[in-house]
This record gives sequence, structure tokens and C-alpha cells, in this order.
Amino acid sequence: MSAVMITRKVRKWEKLPGKNTFCCDGRVMMARQKGIFYLTLFLIIGTCSLFFAFECPYLAVHLSPAIPVFAVLLFLFVMAMLLRTSFSDPGVLPRALPEEANFIEMEIEAANGNVPSGQRAPPRIRNVQINNQIVKLKYCYTCKIFRPPRASHCSICDNCVDRFDHHCPWVGNCVGKRNYRYFYLFTLTLSLLTIYIFAFNIVHVVMRSVDQGFLNTLKETPGTYPLNMNTFLLVCFFTLWSMVGLTGFHTYLISLNQTTNEDIKGSWSGKNRGQNPYSHKNIIKNCCEVLCGPTYPSVTFFSLFLTSFSASFPQKTTAPLIPNEHTPDDIKPSIAAEKSSGPKDDQPPAAMQPPLASPETDAETSIAKNQ
Amino acid sequence: MAETHSLQDMRQQAAVAAKVFIQRDYSNGTMCQFQTKFPSELETKIDKQQFEETIRTLNNLYAEAEKLGSQSFIEGCLACLTAYTVFLCMETHYEKVLKKIAKYIQEQNDKIYAPRGLLLTDPIERGLRVIEITIYEDRSFSR
Repeated sequence: MSAVMITRKVRKWEKLPGKNTFCCDGRVMMARQKGIFYLTLFLIIGTCSLFFAFECPYLAVHLSPAIPVFAVLLFLFVMAMLLRTSFSDPGVLPRALPEEANFIEMEIEAANGNVPSGQRAPPRIRNVQINNQIVKLKYCYTCKIFRPPRASHCSICDNCVDRFDHHCPWVGNCVGKRNYRYFYLFTLTLSLLTIYIFAFNIVHVVMRSVDQGFLNTLKETPGTYPLNMNTFLLVCFFTLWSMVGLTGFHTYLISLNQTTNEDIKGSWSGKNRGQNPYSHKNIIKNCCEVLCGPTYPSVTFFSLFLTSFSASFPQKTTAPLIPNEHTPDDIKPSIAAEKSSGPKDDQPPAAMQPPLASPETDAETSIAKNQ
Repeated sequence: MAETHSLQDMRQQAAVAAKVFIQRDYSNGTMCQFQTKFPSELETKIDKQQFEETIRTLNNLYAEAEKLGSQSFIEGCLACLTAYTVFLCMETHYEKVLKKIAKYIQEQNDKIYAPRGLLLTDPIERGLRVIEITIYEDRSFSR
């Protein structure tokens, strides 16, 4: 009998591999763990609310109304940058569909030749030359692709991300090609906001002390003023140093056109110093490229809205790939065994289809083929 | 003749014989460029010049999308000043060029590739990693 139509409306992004959560009809894309992101939101909104509630009335009256206005603008900008960083696709590379994965496998087999039984197959690396520098492209066993230069696989989100910088739990997302500039602007403006609040906090205390004496200022309690004040100052102080430090670090990386990942691995430092093939060797050009470069499209977004999807396909909890009209219904690791038993669509003529490999089975695959 | 067959018809009726994947060319950096090397599987199907012309045009279009010129700089600065809210009502330069690319691929498929039993897939559907060319089984299309 024909397959039963699934009555529940399956949303397209539920079939996407990787450990991301989606909202707003697929427009919002975040990592699964969002606890620390909520903490970030709470700290920023909480501290700013205290500032607006307790400090701003005094400052607006005694100094200038422009002070709270500018603080509001800065706060809104910080929130916009935070949400933009957290909600956008960092530059996730979609996994290879079965045909592409098989094509790459065949190329690798052809390149490696016959590996004698008992020996490990050589590591899957492709060398490319970029601006007279040899860069090694590694093969990703999860996504079944050779990673483009500067891409890396994030184990938390289980995706390959283009120009991977790092996974930031504070924003609840990876930082990659598409959202790096928002992340940088977030750290920069948050540093400015923290400095601004901290400075005016001090100004406020000083001004009140001049009016009423220092001890009276501390004793004064509109609400639980001393408690707010101390928590406030403490949060500001620690945030300030960490944010200023982080902003400084990323400014350094941008001027050299490096990612945090490359810096940690030491790809272009030490004996490789000065050999970064992506750098324009000019600080201004590097900054322009990273901050004012083109806004790259989200290929995940395109795959959500372009790929045709049929709810009658059998649901596979382990399905690693985005189905489209070319994907055969049954995709299993023993694909070679299955395909040899009957006529199937996507089979290159006169070629053995090796089973889709993983690092552990690499040697075994070679052994099986040789036998 | 071939003109009466739409791509939909071909996809639904023809069986896929093979797929060829044109890989990215990283020799000039991480810009989106594809290799112009002519794959051996297409030797009997299409003229080498025509194929290279298609890939070269696509490469030029992608270069235009990713160009670091004054336009992208102004767009970037304007967007930054408005906290990137301007993109809610305006299309980015890259998206405009992607539309051009989609149109070009559609045109190429209709005029050149479909009559030869081939189909170009827009690279954006494959994450800008490969250009997938589907080779359909050589059946006679005349009815």
C-alpha cells in the first residue's frame, strides 16, 4: 500500500542537519544552548534600566538632557547588534547531498590508488595555492565536503561554518563570515556603553557629594540605592575590562585579517608569520574588507525556501541530508549493497559506489574493496 | 523538438545518468570562483568553448557581487549607521546580483543545456560550493 501522508505540517528546517534552532519561519537561526545568551540580555538590559531609572533623571536636570538621549541611542544600537549577531546565520555550509559526497569519495579513491590491506588510508587533504601560499583543505567527515579555506566545523552547532571565528556562548551562536562584523560592532559599542555608564555613574556620585557630602550620598536610599549602586558599579567594572580587552583583541585580528581560530591554532604566527595569504598587507584594506565588505547571502535561508520538500518522504531521524527531487528515498550506509541489487536512478555508469566513509571505516573500506 | 520540452517535463520524465560537480577555484583567495576546467564526462555532450563561456560569465557575476568597491563601502557604512535596519526594506547588492545569476542560469539552461540533456543547478542551492551539472539519459525526445 502507498505510504501514509504525514498529517502534521513538517517545517522545512526540522529536516536540516546540525544542532540549530530556528524561529520566525526560518529567519532566526541560533545554537541550541541559549542560557548564557539570556544572561547577556539580562545583564545589559538590567544595568541600563538601573542607569535610566536612577542616574538619568539627576543628570538630565543638573547636566544636560542629551546625556540620557545618547545613552538610549547607544543602548538601542548595542541591542540591535547583539540580536543581529545572535539571530543570523553565521555562514553555515550545507552538507553534501549523496551524489556530491559519492563524487568526492570517488575522486579521493582515485587519488589514493590502492592502499595495501592493513594500512591506514592517507589523511584526506587537498592542497590549494592561494596567493602563492599552499593551504591545506581538510575533509569534514560529518558534512562530507572538503572545507573551503578558513572554514571550520563547530562541534557545538554540528555545522561547518565559513570563515569560522569562534562559537560564542554569550551570543548563543557561532561567529563566522556573515555575522563577524555585527559581533565586532557589538563588542565595540558595548565597551563604549559600559565606559559611558561607568563614567556618568562616577560623575553622578561626585556631583551629589559636592552637593550633600560624600557619606550622605552613600546613605541616601531612593529604593535600595546603595545596593543598586554597588551591583551596578561591580558589573560595569568587570564588563568594562573584559569588553575593552575583547574589542582590542578583535581589532588586532581584523587589522591582520585573521580569525580567532587561526590565531589560536597559530596558523599565521611564529614561523609562518607574515605569510597570511588572505591579508592585503595593509591595515586599512583589511579593516575595509572585514567591516565594509559585501553582505553575504545565507545559503541556509536559500535552501529552506528553494528546496522542494515533500511531507510524504519517510521520516528518518538519522537523515543527514536535505532531501530534494534528486535524492533517492532510501539512503543508508550500505548504499553500495542496495544499489547493486536493482535499477536505481543516481548511479554513475560502470563505477563502484563505495559506502560513505567515516574515519574509523576508512581502512576497512579499502580492505573490503580490495578483497 | 527540444523547445517544446520544459525543464519540468525533463526532470520528471528523464532518468539521471550522472552528475558532474564543478569545484571552486581558490587560487585568488576565498572569493567565489569556479574552475573552468572542462570535465571529461561532458566531452560528448557540449562544446568546450560554450561551457567555459558559461563558467567564465558566472565567475564574473560572482566577482561583481563580491567586489570591494565604493558601492559596497557606502552600502556598508549606511547600513551600519542605521543599525542594519535598512536591509529590512532594501535588497543588498549581493542579493541583486544573485537574482541576475539565477536568471542567467535559467537562460543558459533553456537555450543551451536542456536541448543537450543537461541541467545546471544554481550554486546557491549547494551552498556556493559546487556547480552541479546533471546529465540525463540520452533518450530521443521526439514524440
